[in-house]
Amino acid sequence: MPWARIAAAAFLAAICLLAMPAGAATPPRLGFSELYVTRSAIDIGFSDKVKALAGHDVAIKGYMAPPLKAEARFFVLTREPMAVCPFCSSDADWPMDIIVVYLADSAAPTDPNRPIVARGRLETGSWIDPDTGFVSQLRLRDASFTAE
Amino acid sequence: MRIRTALFGLATAGILFAGHSAHAQTIYPIDRASFLAGTRFDFKVEFTGVVDQSATKVTINGRDAAAVLGGTVDYIAREDGQDASSLLIRGATLPQPGSYTIAAEGPGQSRTVTWDVYGTPSTPRVKNVILFIGDGMSVAHVTAARILSRQLVEGKYRGRLAIDDFPYNSMVGTSGVDSVATDSANSAHAYTTGHKSSVNALGVYASRAKDNLAHPRVETIAELLKRTTTKSVGVVTNTEIEDATPASMVAHTRRRSDYNVIVDQFLALKPDVMMGGGASNFVPKSAPGSRRTDEEDYLAKFREAGYAVAATAEELNAAAARPETRRLLGLFHPRNMDGALDRKILKGSTVKQYPNQPDLTEQVKAGIDVLSRNPEGFFMMVESGLIDKATHPLDWERAVYDTIMLDNAVKVAVDWAGNREDTLIIVIPDHAHGISIIGTIDDDLPGTEMREKVGVYDKARFPNYPAPNAEGYPEKVDVSRRLAVFVNNYPDYYETFRPKLDATNVPAIQGPDKKYVANEKYKSVAGAMFREGILPRDADQGVHSADDVVARGWGPGSEMLRGFIDNTYVFRIIATNLALGPAK
Ligand SMILES: [Zn+2]
Repeated sequence: MPWARIAAAAFLAAICLLAMPAGAATPPRLGFSELYVTRSAIDIGFSDKVKALAGHDVAIKGYMAPPLKAEARFFVLTREPMAVCPFCSSDADWPMDIIVVYLADSAAPTDPNRPIVARGRLETGSWIDPDTGFVSQLRLRDASFTAE
Repeated sequence: MRIRTALFGLATAGILFAGHSAHAQTIYPIDRASFLAGTRFDFKVEFTGVVDQSATKVTINGRDAAAVLGGTVDYIAREDGQDASSLLIRGATLPQPGSYTIAAEGPGQSRTVTWDVYGTPSTPRVKNVILFIGDGMSVAHVTAARILSRQLVEGKYRGRLAIDDFPYNSMVGTSGVDSVATDSANSAHAYTTGHKSSVNALGVYASRAKDNLAHPRVETIAELLKRTTTKSVGVVTNTEIEDATPASMVAHTRRRSDYNVIVDQFLALKPDVMMGGGASNFVPKSAPGSRRTDEEDYLAKFREAGYAVAATAEELNAAAARPETRRLLGLFHPRNMDGALDRKILKGSTVKQYPNQPDLTEQVKAGIDVLSRNPEGFFMMVESGLIDKATHPLDWERAVYDTIMLDNAVKVAVDWAGNREDTLIIVIPDHAHGISIIGTIDDDLPGTEMREKVGVYDKARFPNYPAPNAEGYPEKVDVSRRLAVFVNNYPDYYETFRPKLDATNVPAIQGPDKKYVANEKYKSVAGAMFREGILPRDADQGVHSADDVVARGWGPGSEMLRGFIDNTYVFRIIATNLALGPAK
């Protein structure tokens, strides 16, 4: 997908020019369709954009899905509102394109039908939540969210 | 606290003594189990309270159980820290058919169960068995598949499905040990082991053990074939290969969601052919897209074991065509594969990310190509698994296109088996859904509300889907007069009376309090109508029904499918025709 690569390069140039002063400006947006490069079912990589933004603050629009355990300190951000098989009680049924959001301050869950924008430091790579065992590949750390 | 529990245990024993029977399921296999002679199973007696082994007596037809069953005897004084003792004999077997009475006694408690252990003829009727499972495939799915793919004109069809010409049929009861309505783990387990179990359980009886992997095991058809024959074994699905139905070929766990364990159990058994989605649990956690919790690389392990690995339709066809391919692992999606409607017509769901997924027909052809290289024959399970996964969220179009796909895949097998007279083919659902066709939805009927467009009786007439293409699929589902198909149980949701063209329907989503609310994504669809759910608020979608399902049989031995049968009898049909329990 060369267009994606070109877009990512242009995007990074834009970050370098604009987003430097003390993170005060709106962090760059990341979309759910921009997370992975899927060459095949067994050959999946993070997109260039994700690789470039890892460690930086980003903003992502999505829907808040509650985690499987009430005591969890994170929520799952999904592309579309989704049902999670309550009966399966595992992370087995989640789609691949999810982002786990660890909030800087605790916050009450919102209406699952309203989109939110989550902002936080993008973290990549496998992580198993120590409290719940929930496995994720992409996370936002020190995050906050607002209604879209 | 601990003392109180112990006292409670004693008190319970006392009550049970007064009623002279312990809890109904303290012996596994359960009362009235009917299973194949010579198969392996774990025998477990769960005593009430802590009981000294010397105070117990367990007999089979009057003889000491351990002596009769063989295997490894383990007496667990306090099972998983509970104030309760259990006798566990792993790897037991009863080589001789017959009626067995099992009596277990402890202080103040006793329990008797009977087992029917059956044999088979010593000469097989067939060399190969292909078991097609339409997950959740109810009568309405098949009727709708026939209407869409064979056309209904003046009440008569222009053609027949492949499964319509299967000569033998049965009604099948699918209930489990624990419940009238069951899930795909337990129901597939009945086909692959001949034993009944409980919701979520695979290859085990659901006992009081705390560890998912510690429950009493029963042998699967795949294990039995690998242990006692030289036949090949295939597992083909379009769900994740770790999902309940395919996993029932190899897995032994109380919880079907133990995907990493299931992948390991697949590797341990090494079915000759494995195909499906679920690649996420085969790659190490450092690979983006992995769902593993460790760095184990199961693709590498399978390659080391001699498997050709395919990730696209092209790679699958090429691997199957190579005459030296005897072991094949096809993983075509990190999660569930996409269904026929998305792949072939709508290009929705995840088809754009994974455009080269094979069709179930290609998977079956490749599976037969590889498995039939073994002159000793094979057993292959093929699942069309998204019939269920689309019906749960009330998305009948996707379910019906995958029913047509299942029929096409069955035709591939029937064409191959042709006049060989050595292959038994069974097409069977694992459980039903509460789904029914009531007429049509006709946009041209008068009225402003969509419910006024629901054509019933003579107002329904016939749907106006375009004529099916060469594969039997109409290439348009959002027609002006479409089938009216409803699921009879649902959470709160918005009924749109229309197909969902971008991705599978999501009727309800989870709110902060874990209660499901209607997904407002569909609220703005013209004519959408709120329906208040009839299910508990923790249900996110439609549920399985306990209705009988229809089994269809073709080929030698298929005449055993007649009248009403219990789902465990399907295993017996397979075992009988392959002569897996010959007299010793
Ligand atoms: Zn289901």
